[in-house]
Amino acid sequence: MLLFIGSFNLYHTSLPPASTISRMERGAAETYFCPVVRVGNLATVEQDDKDGRITTGNQGQRRPRVALLVTCLVDLMRPSVGFAAVKLLEEAGCDVVVPSQTCCGQPAYNSGNRATARALALQVMDRFSGVDYVVAPSGSCAGMAARHYPELFTHDPNLAVRARAFADKTHELVSFLTDILGVTSVSATFEHTVTYHDSCAGLREMHVKRQPRTLLESVEGLKLVEMKDAEVCCGFGGTFATKYGEISDAIVSEKARNIDSSKADVLLAGDLGCLMNMAGKLSRQGRKMEVRHIAEVLADMTDAPAIAAPEDGSI
Amino acid sequence: MTAPMTSPQFKDNAHRALGDAQLQKALGNVRHAVIERRAAAAAALPEFEALRDQARDIRDHVLQHLDIYLEEYERKVTAAGGHVHFARTGDEACRIITGIARRRGAKSVTKGKSMVSEEIGLNGALERAGVEVIETDLGEYIIQLRGETPSHIIMPAVHLNQEDVEQEFRKRHTHLDAGRNLEDAETLLAEARGILRQKFLAADMGITGANFLVAETGTSIIVTNEGNGDLTQTLPKVHVVVASIEKIAPTLEDAAAIMRVLARSATGQDMSVYTTLSTGPRRPGDVDGPEEYHVVLVDNGRSAMLGTEFQDMLRCIRCGACMNHCPVYHAVGGHAYGWVYPGPMGAVLTPSLMGVDKGGHLPNASTFCGRCEDACPVRIPLPKLMRHWREREFERHLAPVRVRAGLSLWGFFARRPLLYRLGTSIAMRAMGWLGRKRGHFARVPFAGGWTSYRDFPTPQGGTFQAQWKKREKGRQGISR
Ligand code: SF4
Repeated sequence: MLLFIGSFNLYHTSLPPASTISRMERGAAETYFCPVVRVGNLATVEQDDKDGRITTGNQGQRRPRVALLVTCLVDLMRPSVGFAAVKLLEEAGCDVVVPSQTCCGQPAYNSGNRATARALALQVMDRFSGVDYVVAPSGSCAGMAARHYPELFTHDPNLAVRARAFADKTHELVSFLTDILGVTSVSATFEHTVTYHDSCAGLREMHVKRQPRTLLESVEGLKLVEMKDAEVCCGFGGTFATKYGEISDAIVSEKARNIDSSKADVLLAGDLGCLMNMAGKLSRQGRKMEVRHIAEVLADMTDAPAIAAPEDGSI
Repeated sequence: MTAPMTSPQFKDNAHRALGDAQLQKALGNVRHAVIERRAAAAAALPEFEALRDQARDIRDHVLQHLDIYLEEYERKVTAAGGHVHFARTGDEACRIITGIARRRGAKSVTKGKSMVSEEIGLNGALERAGVEVIETDLGEYIIQLRGETPSHIIMPAVHLNQEDVEQEFRKRHTHLDAGRNLEDAETLLAEARGILRQKFLAADMGITGANFLVAETGTSIIVTNEGNGDLTQTLPKVHVVVASIEKIAPTLEDAAAIMRVLARSATGQDMSVYTTLSTGPRRPGDVDGPEEYHVVLVDNGRSAMLGTEFQDMLRCIRCGACMNHCPVYHAVGGHAYGWVYPGPMGAVLTPSLMGVDKGGHLPNASTFCGRCEDACPVRIPLPKLMRHWREREFERHLAPVRVRAGLSLWGFFARRPLLYRLGTSIAMRAMGWLGRKRGHFARVPFAGGWTSYRDFPTPQGGTFQAQWKKREKGRQGISR
C-alpha cells in the first residue's frame, strides 16, 4: 500500500538532516577562512562595548575602509545618492573606495538565471576584496549580497565560504551608519514634513526599521509623520513592475493614497527602485510630492531636483 | 478529475479582478482586519516566535519520516475499526469515495470544509455518481450556491460582500417568505443554519477534511468556527475523512503545539471555536458516531516533492496567513490564481502539483516583498521557493522571449564592466539631456509595462562612476 511513497525513503535516509549541513558549513567557514579573515580583523575598528560607538582617530587605529556598492540604479539614474552616501560615510570616519562595478546580479537571480547571477556575484566579490566593509545605499542590493550570495554557491564549498564572508561584511547604508559606526545624529537641515516608506528587502532582509527614523529625527527642521501601511510593498518588485504592470499599478496606487493621506510633503525611502516606482506614479497622478532617497536628506544634499521632478525644481 | 484550472490565463484573470468593483470592496477586509488580528494575537503571546520554530521543526520531522508515521497511523486507524485508503491521484481518491457512497447507497452527502476535496474535484465526481453534495461550512455553502470555487483557503467566500450573499439567498431559498429581513449577518447565518440542519439530519454520509492526522492514536482532527464539522461527522452512518498525506502529526501533543500557531496565524484567535477529534467508528456504548469510518489519504503529486527543493512547502498547515499578507492577493483576490490554492502558498504549490507549464505565471507574479514568509507560522521560505520555480522555468526556456532577451542583454553588459561603463555613461547622458526639462518620461521604448501606468524618472545624466573618477582624479584617490 505504501509502495508509491517508498521511493523517497532511500533519498531521505542518505541525507544528513539540514541542520547538520549548515553546522558543517559554518564549522568549515571558521577553520578554512581564518587566515584570510585576519586581514580584515586588523582593520576592524575598535568598538566601545557599552554603546557600540567607534573610537577612531587619536587612538591611532586606522579608519575603516569601506567599498561603496553604489548599485546600478544609483549609478545610472541618480549619482547624487552615491555622493550623499560617500559624504555620510566619510563624515562618520570611513575611507571610501568605489571599485569599478556594474550590477549585483539580483535581476538575473530573481529571474531564475542562476548562472548569470553567479557570474555577477563572483565579479562583485573579486572587485570588492581587500576592504573591511561593503556598503550599499539600498536594502535590496545589500540584501542580495548579504542574504543571497551564500545561497548561490551552496555546492562549491570554497566559494560558499567566500560568499559567507562577503555577506557578513555587507551592509545597508543607514543601518551601517547607526549599528556599526554608532552614528546617532547627522548635521543636516531639511524644513519639511516627511514620511518614510520601508522598502521590503531593507525591512525584512536587512532589518532596517528604526535606524532611518532615528537619524531623520536628528535633522533640523524635519518633521516625520508615519503613513498608513508604511511596511507594505510599493509594487515595484524589479521586473515585476513591467511584467505585471497592471497589478504593480494597483499596488502602487494604494501606496500613493497612503502617502497622500499622510499629509507629508516629502516622501523618502532607502531604495531607488521603490522610489522611482512611487515617484513615477505620483508624477503621473500629478501630485505635488517631493520624492528623495533618504541619504540625500541625511547628507544635507538636497539641491538636485527631486526624483521625476523637472530641472527647475518645481514639482 | 482535478479541479478546473485557469492559471495560464493569470494576467487576464487579474485584469478582470482589478476592474471588479464588488470584488475590490470585499478584498478590503483581507487588507487590514485579519492582519491586525494576527499581529495582536502574536504580540499577546511571548513565546509565539519560539512556537513557530517548534511548529516548523515538528513539520520537518514528519516530512523526514513520513513513511513510518503513515504506517503507524494506518495501524492505529485499523485497530480502532476504521479503514485507510491510499490514493495516488485525485481520480483514484474520487473513485474510492464514490465507491463507498455507492456501496452504502448514499443519496446525500454533507461536507465539512476541505481544500483537498476541491483539489481532487470530489464534488463533481459525487454528483456525476448521482449523489447530492451539501457544503456545510457557511462560506462553502454560499459559494456552492453560486457555483463558484473558494477564493481563499480558510475564508472561501471572502470575495463576496454581505449584499452578494443576501441576493443569492433570496434567489435560492425561494420557499421562504420573500419579504423577510436579511439585512444583518446574523439573519443570514440563521437562515443558512435552518436549511443546513435539515440536510445534516437527512445525510447518508459525511465527508470532512483534516487539519491533523495523529499517528500515535489514529485520530483525525478538524478545527472549525461553526461546529458544522461535528454534525457532518457524527450524524450520518458513514464518515469519510479525506486528507493529503502530509497532514500527519506524530502525537496529540505535537498537534496541540501546532494548533497554538494555527488559529493565531489564520484568524488571530487563540484557538478555533471547535476542535473535533475522531478516532474510528462508533464503539459499543458510544452515544453517537458513524457506523463506518474511512480515511482517504491523497498523494496527488506530493511524494514527488519530497527530497526536492520544494519539500519545505509540505510543511504548510493551511492557515492562509501568507495570502492575507500578500499585496498581489490583496490586489487581485484568490480566483485570479486560477486553481484551488491562491496567494504565495498557491504560487509554489500549483506548479508543484499541476506542472510549471500551467502554473508558471504564479511564482512570477510576486514582488518578493517577503511579508508572506514573515507571517508563515511554519516559516516556509515562500519567496525562495517561488524563485526556484523561476529557475526551473528559465532552464526550460518558459519565460517570455522579450523578458529573456532583455535580461540577457543586461547580463552581457553587466559582465563586461568596461563596455558597461562606456555604454551607460553615454546612454544616461543622452537620456538625462532629453528628459531634463520635465524630469520624467511619459513613454519609454520597450518599457510599456512601466510607462502605461507611471512616469519614468529622468536620469540625472552622467553615471556616478564617471563622476567619481573625475573627482578622484582631482583628489588623486584610490579608486581602481
Ligand atoms: S504557506 Fe505558511 S502562511 Fe501560507 S497557508 Fe501555509 S502555513 Fe499558512
